[in-house]
Order: sequence, then C-alpha cells, then structure tokens
Amino acid sequence: MDRASHATTGGTAPGRGLLRFLTCGSVDDGKSTLIGRLLHDSRTIFDDQMAAVRRDSLRHGTTGDDADLALLVDGLEAEREQGITIDVAYRFFTTPARSFIVADTPGHEQYTRNMATGASNADAAVILVDARKGILTQTRRHSHVCSLLGIRSVLLAVNKMDLVDHSEAVFDRIVADFLGFAGQLGFASIMPVPISARYGDNVIHASSNMPWHRGPTVLGHLETIDVDHGRADMPLRFPVQWINRPDAGFRGAAGTVASGVVSVGDAVIVAASGQQSEISRIVTFDGDRQTARAADAVTLVLAHDIDLARGDVLSHPQARPEVANHVAANLVWMGDEPMLPGRSYLARIGTMTVPVQVSTLKHKIDVNTLDQRPGRTLRLNEIGLCNILFGQAVPIDAYAANRRMGAFIMIDRATNRTVGAGMIDFVLRRATNIHRHSHLINKQARAARNHHKPCIIWFTGLSGSGKSTIADLVERGLHAEGIHTMLLDGDNIRHGLNSDLGFTAADRVENIRRVGETAKLFVEAGIVVLCSFISPFAEERAMVRGLVSESEFVEVFIDVPIEECIRRDPKGLYAKALAGKIANFTGLDSPYEPPVAPDIRIDGLQDSENVAASRIIAYILERCAP
Amino acid sequence: MTDADDQKPRAPAAVRRAFRQTAATPLAEAIRAYVRQDAGAPRGANLSPHLRALENEAIEIMREVVACCSRPVFLYSIGKDSTVMLHVARKAFHPAPPPFPFLHIATTWDFADMIVFRDILAPELGLDLRVHTNQDGLNRGINPIASGSALHAQVMSTEGLKQALDAGSYDAAFGGGRRDEEKSRAKERIFSFRDAQHGWNPRNQRPELWNLYNTRVAKGESMRVFPLSNWTEMDVWSYIRAEEIPVVPLYFAASRPVVMRQGAMIMLDDGRLPLLPGETPRMLDVRFRTLGCYPLTGAMESQARDVDDIISEMSRSTLSERQGRLIDHDEAASMERKKREGYF
Repeated sequence: MDRASHATTGGTAPGRGLLRFLTCGSVDDGKSTLIGRLLHDSRTIFDDQMAAVRRDSLRHGTTGDDADLALLVDGLEAEREQGITIDVAYRFFTTPARSFIVADTPGHEQYTRNMATGASNADAAVILVDARKGILTQTRRHSHVCSLLGIRSVLLAVNKMDLVDHSEAVFDRIVADFLGFAGQLGFASIMPVPISARYGDNVIHASSNMPWHRGPTVLGHLETIDVDHGRADMPLRFPVQWINRPDAGFRGAAGTVASGVVSVGDAVIVAASGQQSEISRIVTFDGDRQTARAADAVTLVLAHDIDLARGDVLSHPQARPEVANHVAANLVWMGDEPMLPGRSYLARIGTMTVPVQVSTLKHKIDVNTLDQRPGRTLRLNEIGLCNILFGQAVPIDAYAANRRMGAFIMIDRATNRTVGAGMIDFVLRRATNIHRHSHLINKQARAARNHHKPCIIWFTGLSGSGKSTIADLVERGLHAEGIHTMLLDGDNIRHGLNSDLGFTAADRVENIRRVGETAKLFVEAGIVVLCSFISPFAEERAMVRGLVSESEFVEVFIDVPIEECIRRDPKGLYAKALAGKIANFTGLDSPYEPPVAPDIRIDGLQDSENVAASRIIAYILERCAP
Repeated sequence: MTDADDQKPRAPAAVRRAFRQTAATPLAEAIRAYVRQDAGAPRGANLSPHLRALENEAIEIMREVVACCSRPVFLYSIGKDSTVMLHVARKAFHPAPPPFPFLHIATTWDFADMIVFRDILAPELGLDLRVHTNQDGLNRGINPIASGSALHAQVMSTEGLKQALDAGSYDAAFGGGRRDEEKSRAKERIFSFRDAQHGWNPRNQRPELWNLYNTRVAKGESMRVFPLSNWTEMDVWSYIRAEEIPVVPLYFAASRPVVMRQGAMIMLDDGRLPLLPGETPRMLDVRFRTLGCYPLTGAMESQARDVDDIISEMSRSTLSERQGRLIDHDEAASMERKKREGYF
C-alpha cells in the first residue's frame, strides 16, 4: 500500500474521528523515537523544530550524526540531559484518515503512576518491545496497567528489528511470548508489528527489509482501530456538574452526558434520592435540542422543582446505577507516603467529592506475575485490591462497564495531592443509608432525658503532657455537675478493644478510627465522652470530628514542648525511647502534628492542671446546656 | 438537524458562510454581528465531530472551574486562542454570561490593533474586563528595546501577571495554552498547580486521570487551567472558521511596514521602535501567526486574506507557530524556565 499519500497535515478531524493512544515500554525501547518518527513522517514536524533537534542532537543525542528524533518529544530540560522521559507528554498529529492524541509515558519502574495517567484517557496502547531483549518484567507491568485501566486494543511493536537482522523467527518468538501471558489480560485485540523506529520501517511506510510481514504498518493499524466507545448504547448517566441559575426564571443542570442518550420528555430520576422528574428542555448556546448523547456538554431543565445539586446523577428510572458506600476496587497508589487503611482521604468520583477510606487491603497485586501478595499498606506505584468505604452513598457502576461512573481518585486531605486512582470492581453492600430505619428513641430523645447535650472532648498532646491527669479532673468536675460521662484513654482501650494493634503509622490510624467509632456510639447514647489520646495525625482527628456533628466535637490541645515532656517523663518512657528501646515514639522518631485551630488550647507550661480543668469544664457546661 | 447529519464530516466547500473576515473588514461591524449570534450565525452547524469533541471537553473543564473554585479569572490575551476560549465560555454557561472577570496583562507594547479589538469586543459582550500593567516595571523604564526580550517578558508579563493575580486573590486562572505549542507545554496538566509564589514544578505535578480533576488548593496557592490543552493550531483555525469568530486583523495579510532584525520581520507598529543603522522599512504583504509585544513578534510574508487562506497556507507551511516569537529563542528550554517562574 502506498503510504506516501499520508504525508500531509492539512485539515482537521476527518472520517474516523479522534484516537487517543498511549505508548509504553521499557527504558530504551524507543518510544520517543517511534513518536518522533510518526510526527516526522506524517509531516507534523516543522523545519524550525527539526533544526532545533539537529542542534540538540549534537549536544544530547544518542544517534551519532543522525538527528535524534526522540529529542522532538523529550521536552523537559532534565529529560534531555538524562536522555530519559520522566513525565507524560501529549503529542498531536493528523492524517487524512483521522486525528491522533498520543500520550508518551515513561518506561521507568518508579513512574507507573504516569503510565496509569496516560492510560486513563486512552482508547488503545502501543506496547514497545526491544527485539534484542524480548518480553521484560516491565512489559508485563505495562500490559497489566493497560488492562487494569480498561484498554482493550493493543498494538505490540517489536522495535529495533534492524539489530536482529530483520529476523522473522525472532519476531515470532516474541509475539508468542507476549500472547502467552497477555491471554489473561482481557484485551479484545492484539496486533503485532515488526518495526525499526529509527529508520522508519513499518511505522508509516511498509518495510522492504521485512517482506515476510503481511500485516499493517503501525500507522495503518492505528488508523483503522475502531473506537467503539459504545457509550451512547449504555444506560443514561448524567452527573450534574453545576447548577446554572442566572436569575429566578431559569434553573438548569449543566453537565456532560457520561453515557447513554437523553431526550426531551424522558422521565428521569435522581439516583441517590429517588426523586423523579421529566426533561423539559435541553439547552445549549447553539439552540435547544431534542436529544443529547454521550460526551455532549449540555444543560438539562427539569419539569419539576426537585432538589438537585452538583454530585447528583440523573438516569432513567428503569436503569438506575447502584447507590453504595462500600465497594471493592483496584487501587493504584501514587502518593509518596504509603496508603494507610482507616485513614480518611477525599475521593473525587463523578462530580462528587466525598470522604473515603480504605477499610481493608485484601491483597496486593504483583504486576510482574499477577500474583496476589498479602500486605497492610500500598506504597508508591503499588497496586492492590481494596475494600473502599465512601463517607456517603455514591451512585456508581463497575469500571469495566462504565469508565466514567466507576473511576475515582483519592486526595490527601493535608497536602491536597492526588495520591491514588481507583477502579471499582463490584459493590460490596447495598447502601442502607437512604432507607435507613429511623429509630423512635434517638440522640435528641436521650439528650432530653439526660438534661444535657452529648459531645466528644478530644484531648491531644505529647506523651507526658498531662492529658490524662487533666481529663480525670474534667470528668470529676462534670460528674459533680450531673453530666453523664465516660472516659476513653490509651490505657483502657489498648489493653482491650485495640490489643491487636501496635505503634506503626498504619496501626495508629486504625487505633484512632476505632476510638472515634466507639466515642460516636457514646454520643448516640447521650453521653459526654472524654477521649485522651496522643493522636499525632491531624487527619485522624479530623476524621473523628467528621463522625459527629460540628457542635459535638471539642478539640483540646494540651500544648507542652517536647523538651519539657522529656524532662517530666512521668512513666520513664522517653528515657527508654531515647535509649533506643522503644521504636516509633511520638515526638522522637514518629511525628506529632499539632492542631492548627483547637477549640481549647492549654498552655501546659503556664497553666496548672486545676486551672486547665476549670477552663475546660466551664466551656463544656456552656456547650452542653440543653 | 438530525443525529445522522451530526456524525457526517462536512467538506469546507459545503460550509454555510455568512461572514468572511479579512484585514479590511470593519471590526466594529464584524464584532457586533458575532455578539448578536442572530439567525445567520453558524451556531455549531459547521463543527466536525472532532471539533465538537474538543469543544465538549473545553466546556466541561470550564464548568468544573466555576463549580469548584471560589475566585476564577479568565486571562484574556486578545489572541486567537484566547478569543476561541472566550467563545467556548459563552457556550459553557449559557444562558448565564461567563461568571468570572476577564484580565488582560497589558505590557504597553501590544500591537495597537489588539487594543482596538479588545475595546470593541469587551463592552459589546458586557465582559467584566480588568486591565493591569506593571507600573513598577514602567517606572523602572523596562521595555523590549532597551531591556531585551527576556527581562521585558519577565517584568512586564510574568511579574505583571503575578501582581494582578495576587491583587484579585484569584484561585484559578484560565489560559489559552495548548500542548502542541511547545515541548514543555506538552507535559502541562489541564489543571496546573501553582504554589503561593505562582511557581510551576514540572517534576512534582499532580497526576491527572480521566476527567477527574483535582481542583483543591490551600490558601495562596492557585490553579492555571488550560481548556484548549488538546487543541492544535489547525483545530483553532478550523474552529474559528466553523463558528465565524472574529479575530484581530493582524492575522490576515496586508501591506505593512517592516524591517528585518535578528532574522525576523518586525513591524513598525508605532514610532517607538528606533531604526538601527542600515535598516530601511519596507512595505510588504505580511501577517502574524501569533500576537504579543510588537517589537518581539515576527511577521511572515503571506497572501492569506481570510481564514480559508490561512488554513490552506498552514497546510503547506514548513515552519512552526512559535517560530516568529523572539522570546522563545532566548535560550534552550527557555519556555520551561519562564513557566517555572510563573509565566503562563
């Protein structure tokens, strides 16, 4: 086939429409060179860019006197200096047949998160293999990440065929190896192509060096991949993105149709609340429409004035998504700090932002072998199957069925960094929240009987700061005032309920989670519950605060400098820790994050324990007055 | 229009054309017709499936910012990309007007025609336009001729932008940047996190998956948001043609006075550019692929009188869009350096 006719960039968006694909492979397999070659041979590279590449090739190039096409793609200074690709880069080119967006993703093991990023929006993957090296550990890793992220079309590019004398036997062996392990990955199509990216063989033009290859070239195949999103044939999902209410006369739900088709007159239902209405208008700047389909950004006007907000999902009543708060999901960890089960993070799912925690790490997945490994945490670039608990019921579909409804990201509450990417596998428990039974005797009824409101008084501070002593005094004072109290502290909890936990970061998080849940039950029972725990992490304290209503949580910071605590050392613990006999000791080799805005701050150097207790008692009596 | 029509690619010849802007088109008239969007306006009818997909994506991004950020602002540079982004903003929030202010960082060296265009378009659309100039830089006498392109850009563009963003306490700023423009832009996120000093750290970017954008920032930090990230230069012109969006006439060829300097054709836009020994201005048919400070922006010889001509000329061109920008040639990786310092 004459591919020379492809050499043009004129026009935009022809026939088949856009294909988003990513390239992945190990270091030096030639990904950047392949993309450079595609851009160069499809004439997307301009003369001044090529001149710059020739200049740079003399400084950084690895191809001798030839222009190093990889330099077209490796954009960041550090990459050019080190000759590697460290971040996802997006490239664009157009042929008469279709437009392409290429995500170039790094081959280094430590950058799996970037690969997952590139794969999340891709329809197809080009997986590169060095003909001299064959299938490597990283080939398996990248293939698995592609599979996990829902990519169904794979082009296996066996590169550097010029270095193995264009041998058909070498090619066949590598293809057989790949098919051997990729069989379990659920790819719908795998197209192997022998290439030499450096010289352009079988990239755009069919190679005369490999007349035995009867299949397509790389571009030839990419041009024909059928991007059957099928999104329009799936059930309607419309996540409400923004309520457009410019004046009293207009109220519309702006958003992008995630899947399916919606028409004027359709009955629709809000997934979480079950409220129903009807589509009265589909509004766009270009005029009202009768119908909107998957990927259309529109504004829906409903016939009834029902409660509707960002985060809600509209569907047809006969095909609703599940509404659940407990799911099993594959989680790719992207944070520098390890994932801690029980820690409260934020999740972005659809257009919702909700609290989320990993309730259980069921197993880690060894992406090289697909073996399941036990583990308590996930570190950067590790993948695991987890039970995920959302802070509220969320409308979802499984990721395999609907990418837009089954994907979520996890965000660290303190740093706001994106630390995880999740793909929902299945719902663990139907959420009972919506139809939760309302008991006749509730918190309010118990509070009325007790003649005071309940709350949690949370004492935090270093070991030896005097938390427990002050908490004792406070409880005694409150009791004398007729307040119903209960005191939870490290000693009575760690010897019983939490006797299975140690002092690693993961165990500390779980310790506080259980204490929080226990305290919440006491609050339900109408009791003022005093909790005295070092509780070093701000996120866990925030998590407990989130378990009860805002007025029911009082944070008391017993502020004593570490030097003073070491001097006091009432239990001799600091002496032991400093002698190396206790590991993970807060303030020494384990961090303490002081509260930024506690409800009460006690200056442990200035205030006596009795003065401190009186202040807290006065505050609580006012807060809990009926 | 039926769905079947919607899917069919249209040949440019069949496109319904009410409006053909050239360098000679009276701007006020063209802009007023565009603002009205009356019965003759294309209203999406000429969009290919590919352009429609890009438009849908850009609309989703813009809505996301308005839903999640407390003080967004739109960086309006008056160029073609900004003006396309403005058009998308009109679509995204319809029937409401775009619910944020527009900010132009004026260096005082913009082409005069850019300011004319801005000052007709903004009031016609009823935009809340705020113009900021780095007064301190002016007082220090910074200008592109005496100070050099690098210092001028640093002080008048980057510092000016930071001043205006700080003054407005904006937590998100829309920019018209595209990934195909330049190598370091290709690695830019759609939601690009900036620290409290507006710095960009390319080695420490948030991973960006699916359409799930992490919009969270702490006090003082901000986001630069690029709704046109996935558009190419060709897409932008094809969209301008399909939607009949008016642009600054400098994009169209006309006879203009230019001198050759450092390998670029510089237009004498006003009397402030001193001629060097041996330089004689010549009248040539030229146009501009990008717009900015006129002493730093090279023209190209061209006969492209309207958008159709531009598109066919671009199909034949062998030079990239930023080739006319002196500012990018200062040093290798200069764009990355500028972005780390807070440039757009």
